[in-house]
Amino acid sequence: MSAILEMRGITKTFPGVKALDNVNITVKAGEIHALVGENGAGKSTLMKVLSGVYPYGSYSGSIIYEGEERRFSGISDSEALGIIIIHQELALVPLLSIAENIFLGNEQARYGVIDWSSAFARTRELLRIVGLNESPETLVTNLGVGKQQLVEIAKALSKKVKLLILDEPTASLNETDSDALLNLLLQFKAQGISSILISHKLNEISKVADSITVLRDGGTVETLDCRAEAISEDRIIRGMVGRTMEDRYPKREPKIGEVIFQVENWSAYHPIHNHVQVVKNVSLNIRRGEIVGIAGLMGAGRTELAMSLFGRSYGQNISGRVLLHGREIDVSTVGKAVANRIAYATEDRKTYGLVLAEDIRKNVTLANLEGVSKNLVIDDIRELAVANDYRAKMRIRSPSVFQDTVNLSGGNQQKVVLSKWLFSDPEILILDEPTRGIDVGAKYEIYTIINKLADAGKGVLMISSEMPELLGMCDRIYVMNEGSLIAELDVAEASQEKIMHAIVKSGRR
Amino acid sequence: MDTRTADELHVPQQKTSWMEFVKTHFRDYGMLLSLLVIMLFFQVVTNGTLLRPLNLTNLVLQNSYIVIMALGMLLVIVAGHIDLSVGSIVGFVGGLAAMMMVRWGVDPVTTTIACLIVGGLIGAAQGYWVAYFKVPSFIVTLAGMLVFKGLTLALLGGMSVGPFPVVFQRLSSGFIPDVFGGEGFNYTSLFLGVASVAVLIYFSFRSRANQLKHAVETAPFGLFLFKNGLLAVLVIAFCYLMATYRGLPNVLVIMAVLIALYAFVTNRTTIGRRIYALGGNEKAAKLSGIKTERLTFLTFVNMGVLAGLAGLIFAARLNTATPKAGLGFELDVIAAVFIGGASATGGVGKVTGAVIGAFVMGVMNNGMSILGIGIDYQQVIKGLVLLAAVSLDVYNRKK
Repeated sequence: MSAILEMRGITKTFPGVKALDNVNITVKAGEIHALVGENGAGKSTLMKVLSGVYPYGSYSGSIIYEGEERRFSGISDSEALGIIIIHQELALVPLLSIAENIFLGNEQARYGVIDWSSAFARTRELLRIVGLNESPETLVTNLGVGKQQLVEIAKALSKKVKLLILDEPTASLNETDSDALLNLLLQFKAQGISSILISHKLNEISKVADSITVLRDGGTVETLDCRAEAISEDRIIRGMVGRTMEDRYPKREPKIGEVIFQVENWSAYHPIHNHVQVVKNVSLNIRRGEIVGIAGLMGAGRTELAMSLFGRSYGQNISGRVLLHGREIDVSTVGKAVANRIAYATEDRKTYGLVLAEDIRKNVTLANLEGVSKNLVIDDIRELAVANDYRAKMRIRSPSVFQDTVNLSGGNQQKVVLSKWLFSDPEILILDEPTRGIDVGAKYEIYTIINKLADAGKGVLMISSEMPELLGMCDRIYVMNEGSLIAELDVAEASQEKIMHAIVKSGRR
Repeated sequence: MDTRTADELHVPQQKTSWMEFVKTHFRDYGMLLSLLVIMLFFQVVTNGTLLRPLNLTNLVLQNSYIVIMALGMLLVIVAGHIDLSVGSIVGFVGGLAAMMMVRWGVDPVTTTIACLIVGGLIGAAQGYWVAYFKVPSFIVTLAGMLVFKGLTLALLGGMSVGPFPVVFQRLSSGFIPDVFGGEGFNYTSLFLGVASVAVLIYFSFRSRANQLKHAVETAPFGLFLFKNGLLAVLVIAFCYLMATYRGLPNVLVIMAVLIALYAFVTNRTTIGRRIYALGGNEKAAKLSGIKTERLTFLTFVNMGVLAGLAGLIFAARLNTATPKAGLGFELDVIAAVFIGGASATGGVGKVTGAVIGAFVMGVMNNGMSILGIGIDYQQVIKGLVLLAAVSLDVYNRKK
């Protein structure tokens, strides 16, 4: 069987981070090729290189597709050759109909006038192929996620797809929809369409994949051939994880005291779809001086849990109790949560953490302006002293505290966010992906800061998608999946394999 | 781990040269410079009419209500919203004041207080929908604009109502009485000018001393002196000119006090800081414990009160309330704030900028009227100036 796609020696760097390092992958014509790896292993980046999101020249290495070297300068180039990518976050316009969405940018038109009857006829044909029993005029917003996924696939088919890339297609689908989708892939395979399937659900991969490429830390680990022999999930996990814990985490002697923070039966529902329970009866505790991790895949409900705890910033119909030092506290607004000495540093510091157009000084004091003011008047000098103090303590690298935060690097931005929350003098810090998008050196500094906080007797709840980070930093790890805490592991007994197994097991149910 | 030395972390205090400082702070001074250039231009082409004491007094009186509303509009725009209804509120409150005093015989003081409260209530009514129901402010205040324009007509029965008691007229047409009893020269006005310059200079020296003590980047001393000296000369010269006519108008004093108050609130108070954070990144502000809804609500209440005050001043100036009062004022006010460097997406803007922006519009109105340019082309020119000012600002920011 000949190869439809070969990516050779792909290396892609972002400022300070090597996202892909000499990655090789070969997809044979008419196969289902699975791409697996942990969050941040480089799967999505690799697919963005392939589809032209990162144009030729922004990476090194070569892409050979249908026997020729290709230099895509944008998505339209790769799409023209039949490479279609369906992203995890669906790219449909909710208030347009199925037909309009399918032919968006590719309208069935003559001289700019759309031929609706032909568009509808073709849409019906495509919907029949993907097995979606809906009228072409139905608005996409009225469809469930599973059906929207099928619309995306129909859209891909309309573009004469030869290589279909699906990024976590079943992440938000239930069992039946997932099976339908996988069967569709098998059907396509029979028609000679190749696909690349990115998924965390290893059972699905075992079911449909012909070969599996494993990525780890931006590099190719191995390619497994499933046709020759059955590949077990354990085998895949070993490939995904199999790295030794390097000396990437600062040493710390944990001094753990009594339980200071408890959450009991915490539940929250989706802010729009009020029947979807996103956080399901979560109970957890944190002890003085302890760093507690929450592991889980994207969409497991970790951020939703943290944000719903922090002043009900996410979700509705929230129920459950929060206790600090054994006394129930009110966390119903952010103000009250902060007053009760809880802090939450968000995973998305640009959208939720910083006022980017303002300088370091103003961002640092934002959550505790009372701390630098008297009778509502800000004491400039005290504020400046506070900001300078944190700039020095946190080693924020900038010409001065008057530097706008938009101009700082990711690591320094994160330090500003942490400074802000430390200045609010919390006892419990919830850190959501504290090192996302930060280079290795800055990560070490952030880890050091976190360790110091724990040593100062604070309780830290750390959410991270990087398992090694949790294993390297935490004293105890909760594993979360589909809104529930499904396992609690002491770091001494925890391993990436155990965490993955817990997730896979609960996902199978 | 980190091998960088303290020197790298604490970048040493550099001696900033004049040129460098002016370059990096161009945006701060650019507007003021443009205003001065525009004034100079009209001073020349009108053969010196622009800066004659009589005309200067007119300039202040004509623009006072725009400046006062620009203060409130600045906060609304910094918070990420807009208020299109202020012109209609001016008309409505002016009409209400007229009815109260002329038809219902209420005394001017009670009327003034009642009208400011009504302005605040109107702001509250609109702010409620914007803040708590998340209806876009554009829509809410567009509705408000229509509603209050209509209510003004209904209230006045389509007629002009006036004249007002003399006490009320003084709000706009009165001048600071001269306690020194100068003949043809108002010493009190000059004294007030000198006194305010002294206060301003005292504060800027104190803040500079503080900045130096804490090693903050400061303007070079020469530039600092130049800036303060220029300001002192301008203010005293202005007061001197006014003193040779009838002195400082009452409304100028009200305006100056409000400008100082709002500059202080935006720069130095927690509520001001929070409004900027709200406009800069509402989500981050909310997650920092800021009550974003209440803050939005309050900016609209504040806008309503100031629009009410502007309505009173405008009515007092015309000495009659007409159904057409306030027509189109919202456009001048919004233009002033944007010319003054505020960002349409919120989070950026200064009180001084808005005031300068208001005077840019005011000087152009006044200068073009003296030149006899018709209302038709005046509007064309004002529109183009607005576009040019904001485009320049956007361009500068991209660089």
